[in-house]
Amino acid sequence: MSSVASVHSLWTVAAEVPGRIPAPHIEYAQLSPTLIVLGAAVIGILVETVLPRSSRYYAQLALSVVALAAAFAAVIGLAAGGFGSSKARIAAMGAIAVDGPALFLQGTILLVSLVAVFTFAERRLDPAAHGKKVDSFAAQAAAVPGGAAEQAAVKAGFTTTEVFPIALFAIGGMLIFPSANDLLMLFVALEVFSLPLYILCALARRQRLLSQEAAVKYFLLGAFSSAFLLFGIALLYGYAGTVTYAGIAEVVSDGAKQIDPALAGTMGNDALLLIGAALVLMGLLFKVGAVPFHMWTPDVYQGAPTPVTGFMAAATKVAAFGALLRLLYVVLPGMRWDWRPVMWGVAIVTMLGGAIVAITQTDIKRLLAYSSIAHAGFILAGVIATSEDGISSVLFYLGAYSFVTLGAFAVVTLVRDAGGEATHLSKWAGLGRRSPLVAAVFAVFLLAFAGIPLTSGFAGKFAVFKAAAQSGAGWLVVIGVISSAIAAFFYIRVIVLMFFSEPKADGPTVAVPSPLTTTAIAIGVAVTLVLGLAPQYFLDLAGQAGVFIR
Amino acid sequence: MSFPLLTATAAVPAIGAIATAAVPAAKRTAAKWLALAFSLVTFALALVIAFRFVPGAKGPYQLTESHAWIRDFGVRYELGVDGIAVALIALTALLIPFVILAGWHDADPLEETAAPDSGSAAGNRRNSWRPTQGFFALILAVEAMVILSFEATDVFLFYIFFEAMLIPMYFLIGGFGDRAHVHGEEQAATQRSYAAVKFLLYNLVGGLIMLAAVIGLYAVTADQLGTGTFSLQQIVEARAAGKLELGTGTERLLFLGFFFAFAVKAPLWPLHTWLPNAMGEATAPVAVLITAVVDKVGTFAMLRFCLQLFPGASRWATPAILVLALISIVYGALLAVGQRDIKRLIAYASISHFGFIILGIFAMTTQGQSGATLYMVNHGISTAALMLVAGFLISRRGSRLIADYGGVQKVAPVLAGTFLVGGLATLSLPGLAPFVSEFLVLVGTFSRYPVIGIIATLGIVLAALYVLVLYQRTMTGPVKAEVRSMPDLRVRELVVVAPLIALLLFLGVYPKPLTDIVNPAVGHTLSVVDKKDPKPAVQVDAVPGGARHGHAAPDQDVEAAK
Repeated sequence: MSSVASVHSLWTVAAEVPGRIPAPHIEYAQLSPTLIVLGAAVIGILVETVLPRSSRYYAQLALSVVALAAAFAAVIGLAAGGFGSSKARIAAMGAIAVDGPALFLQGTILLVSLVAVFTFAERRLDPAAHGKKVDSFAAQAAAVPGGAAEQAAVKAGFTTTEVFPIALFAIGGMLIFPSANDLLMLFVALEVFSLPLYILCALARRQRLLSQEAAVKYFLLGAFSSAFLLFGIALLYGYAGTVTYAGIAEVVSDGAKQIDPALAGTMGNDALLLIGAALVLMGLLFKVGAVPFHMWTPDVYQGAPTPVTGFMAAATKVAAFGALLRLLYVVLPGMRWDWRPVMWGVAIVTMLGGAIVAITQTDIKRLLAYSSIAHAGFILAGVIATSEDGISSVLFYLGAYSFVTLGAFAVVTLVRDAGGEATHLSKWAGLGRRSPLVAAVFAVFLLAFAGIPLTSGFAGKFAVFKAAAQSGAGWLVVIGVISSAIAAFFYIRVIVLMFFSEPKADGPTVAVPSPLTTTAIAIGVAVTLVLGLAPQYFLDLAGQAGVFIR
Repeated sequence: MSFPLLTATAAVPAIGAIATAAVPAAKRTAAKWLALAFSLVTFALALVIAFRFVPGAKGPYQLTESHAWIRDFGVRYELGVDGIAVALIALTALLIPFVILAGWHDADPLEETAAPDSGSAAGNRRNSWRPTQGFFALILAVEAMVILSFEATDVFLFYIFFEAMLIPMYFLIGGFGDRAHVHGEEQAATQRSYAAVKFLLYNLVGGLIMLAAVIGLYAVTADQLGTGTFSLQQIVEARAAGKLELGTGTERLLFLGFFFAFAVKAPLWPLHTWLPNAMGEATAPVAVLITAVVDKVGTFAMLRFCLQLFPGASRWATPAILVLALISIVYGALLAVGQRDIKRLIAYASISHFGFIILGIFAMTTQGQSGATLYMVNHGISTAALMLVAGFLISRRGSRLIADYGGVQKVAPVLAGTFLVGGLATLSLPGLAPFVSEFLVLVGTFSRYPVIGIIATLGIVLAALYVLVLYQRTMTGPVKAEVRSMPDLRVRELVVVAPLIALLLFLGVYPKPLTDIVNPAVGHTLSVVDKKDPKPAVQVDAVPGGARHGHAAPDQDVEAAK
C-alpha cells in the first residue's frame, strides 16, 4: 500500500476532505430477506399501475407468496451460513445487526406473514357482489362509506389489491425492527411498518366507519408513541453522543470517555439516560400492547378487517418484542437494576389487567385483544429474566403464540351472518353443535391460549416462567400463574358457549373457506400441536439463537 | 430393548380414542364395540403388568422406560410402576369396560324422546348432537391420560397428563348429562355446563398453582444440581445423598403448591364443592369415572409426589392435613345423610371416603398407607357398583330424587339386591372389600393418633346411617305407582354389576394378592419420609399423639389464613 501511495504521491497529493462521507458499504447478501420483501413491495405498486384490474389479484398474491418464501429461504440460508451464531455481525454500517435473535425473529415474521397473506387473499367467505368475488377489504378505500362512489365501486366489482404491497411494506419494516442496531434505524423501521398498518386497519369491507375509526385511533395514539420514542432517542443521543446501540451501552456501563464538545453539557447526564430510556421503552411498550399503553388494542383489533387483526396481533408483536429485547439486552443491560423493577410492574399490571378486563368482554375480537394483552404480560415475564434462557424462551413463546393467534383470527373470519362476521359472543352459542369441526379447532386455539398442556401455549408459558423463576422472579411467576387461571376462565367460557349452549335460531353460519384460509388454519393447528408435543427441536433453535451481537 | 409395556398400556386406549372418534356417524353401535374392545385389551395389558411386576424386587420402580423428551426443560419421558401404581392401573383398566358397558345407551341420540313433540329443524339438529363416538372416545382418552399419570415418574410428565385429562373430563360432564332432570332439558343443560365449568375451574386453578411449584422445583434443581431435572427418582436420591438441599421455607411452599392441586382433585374439604355438582349432573358412568378413576390420581399423587419429594414439609403439614381429612370424613358423611338426590348422596359419601384415604396416607404408618392404597382400589370398585346400579335405577324412573322411589325391591329384586350390596360395601360391612381397607386405615391412624382415629370412626357410623336410610327409602316400603312397571336388571346391566360384586366379596375375604403388591411400595415411601411405625406400646405413644392433635387446630388456622 505504502509503495503505491508513494508512487502516486509523485505527481498528486491526496486532498484532505474535511468530514468526508465514506462510501457506504452495504452487505446486500446479509440484508437480503428485508431487501427481497421491500423490493417485492415496490414491484407490487408497479403491478397495480401496469396490470389490468382483473389479473391484479392473482399477480399480487403470487408475488407476495414468492417474495415471502424467497425471503424466508434467504433467512434459512443466512442461518445455515452461521450468521446466527459464529458469524453474527453488524451490517449496513452499524445500522443492522445480523445475529441469532434477528434471524429467528425474521424467520418467524416471514412465516407468520406468509400464512397471513393467505387469509388476506380469501375471497370465498363474503357473498359475491354483482357476480364478482370479493375479499375482506373495501372495494375502494377512498370512497366515502355509504356514498354513491362506494356503490359504484362495489357494482364495478373493485377489490383493493393494494393490500398486498402495503402488507409487504409493513413486513419489510417489521423485519428491520428487531434487527435495528441504532436508534434512528429503530425509528425508521417503526414508521415503515406502522404507516402501512394504519392504512390496512381502515380497509374493512363491512362496517367501514368502525374500521376507519379504529385506524384513526391507532394512527393518533401511534403518532404519540412515535413522538415519545423520537424524543427518547434525542435524549439518549444527548446522553451518549451516539445513537448506535453499542455506543450507548458503552457509555451506560463505562461512562462517557470522549466528550463531544457540542454535547459537553449533557453527555453522561444520568437524568437524560433515565428519561430517554423510559421514553424509548414507552414507544416500544405501546407497540407491544402492554398496560398502561394498551388502550388502542381492543378498538383497533375490533375495527380492523379480521385478517389484518390476525396479522397485526401476530407479526407486530413478534417484531416489537424483538426490538424490546434488543434494546434491553444490548443497550441497557448496564442499567438493568433501574429498569427491572419498572418492567416488573408493567408485566404484573399487563398480565392481571389483560386477564381481568377480558372477562367482561362480549365481542370475540375484543376478547382476543385483551387476551393478547395478557399474553404480552407473560412474554414480559420472560423478558425480565435478563438471561440467555430469557431470550430463548421469549423467542419460543413468540413463535408459538403468533401461530395460535393467526389461526384463531382466521377461524373468526369464518363465522358469519347477514351482516358479515358475527363477532358478538352471544352469536357463537351452540356453534359446536352446528359445526363441530370449526368449534373444535377454535377450542384447540383457546386451550393453547389458556396454556393447557400438550399445546404450544403450555410449552411457551412454561419456558418463560421457568426463565423468570430462575432469575429470581418467583413472585412474578406466581402472579403469572394466577392471571393464567383468570384468563383460563374466559377462554373456557367461550368453549362452554360453543359446546354446551343451545344454538340460537338466527345464529350465524360457518362459511366454507377456500383452501387459502383452510391452509392457514391447518398450519395454526399443526404448529400448536407440534410445539406442544415435541417442542425440543424448536427450543434448541431458539436456544441457539439466543445470543445478541453487540 | 424390551417391549414398552407401560407405554403400550396407555397407547392402546389413546389409539382406541382416535379410532372410535373416527367411526362414521351412522355406525354408532360399531363405535361402542370398538371402544369396548380397546378397553378390554387395555385391561389385558394391565393384567400383564400386574403379573410381570415382582413385589419386593430391588429398586423403587419396575418396567421402567426412559427416553429424552424436552431437554431444555429437563423433562424425560420416564415411566415406571411401583405396587401402588400397579394396583391403581389395574383398577382403572378394570373399571373402564364397565363404564363403557353401563353407558352403552347414554350417548345415543334422543330420537325416541324428541320425535313426538317436535319435528322442527331445531329438534332435528339437537338430535344430531350427543355424538356417541365422541362419548366413548372421550372415556378412552381419559383412561389413557389417567394410566399415564399413574405411570409417570417424571414430575413434569405427570403434571402434563394430570392437567390434560381435565379437558376430556370437562366435555364428558358438560356434554352428556343424564336424562333424569326434573325441570326439563333446558335447565339440565344449564346446570350441566355450570357443573362442568366448576369442575374445570377448580381443577385448573389447582393445577396452575401446582405449575408454579413445578417451575419452582425446576429452578431449585437447576440451581443446585447444575441441570434442572424432574425425575422423581433422581430428586429423591439427590436429597438422600445431601446434594439437593431445599430450604425449609422453599420446601413448604413447594409442598403446598403440589398438595393444593392434589387436594382439589382428591377432593379434600374445603376444596370439595365441585364434586357433588359434577357427579350429580354427569351420567352415572361418567360420575364413576370422576370419583373412582380420575380422583384417585389426586390421592395417588400425594403418596408418590408430595411425600417423596417433600418429606420434611409433609411431616410439617401432617397435623393440619389430618384435621382437614377428619373434617372431610365427618362433614361428607353428615351432608350425605341430608341429601335428597341419590347421586349427590353418593358424591358426599365419596368425599367422606376420600377423607379416610388421605387420613391413611398422612398417618405415616405402614397399615395406614397400605390401607389407604387398598381403600383407593376398594372405593373404586364399591362406588362403581353403587353408582352404576343407582344409574340404572335413575334411568328407569327418570328422577334422581330419593323421594320419588319406594318399594323397588318388590318390583325389581335383583336391582335392589345389587344396590344393597353396593351400599353395604360403601358402609364397609365386614366381609366386603372396603372393610379391610377402612380397618387398616383406622388401625394405622390409631397407632399414632388415637384421638383422630376415634373421631374418624364416627364416619363409619354415619356411613351406616346414610346408606341404610337411602336403601330403606328407595327400596322398601309400599310400592310407588311410578315404580310399579319398573323392569329388573337387563343382561347387559347384570354383566356390569355381577363381576364388581364378585370382586368386592373376593377382596373382602382374601385381600392378600393386593396387599402383597402394595406393601413394598408403601415401605419405600415411608423410608423416604423417614417415618417408622410406632412401637406396639400404645400406652407410651398415646400421649405425644394426643398432644400433636392438640396442636393441629392452630396449624389449620394458619393454613386458612394463607
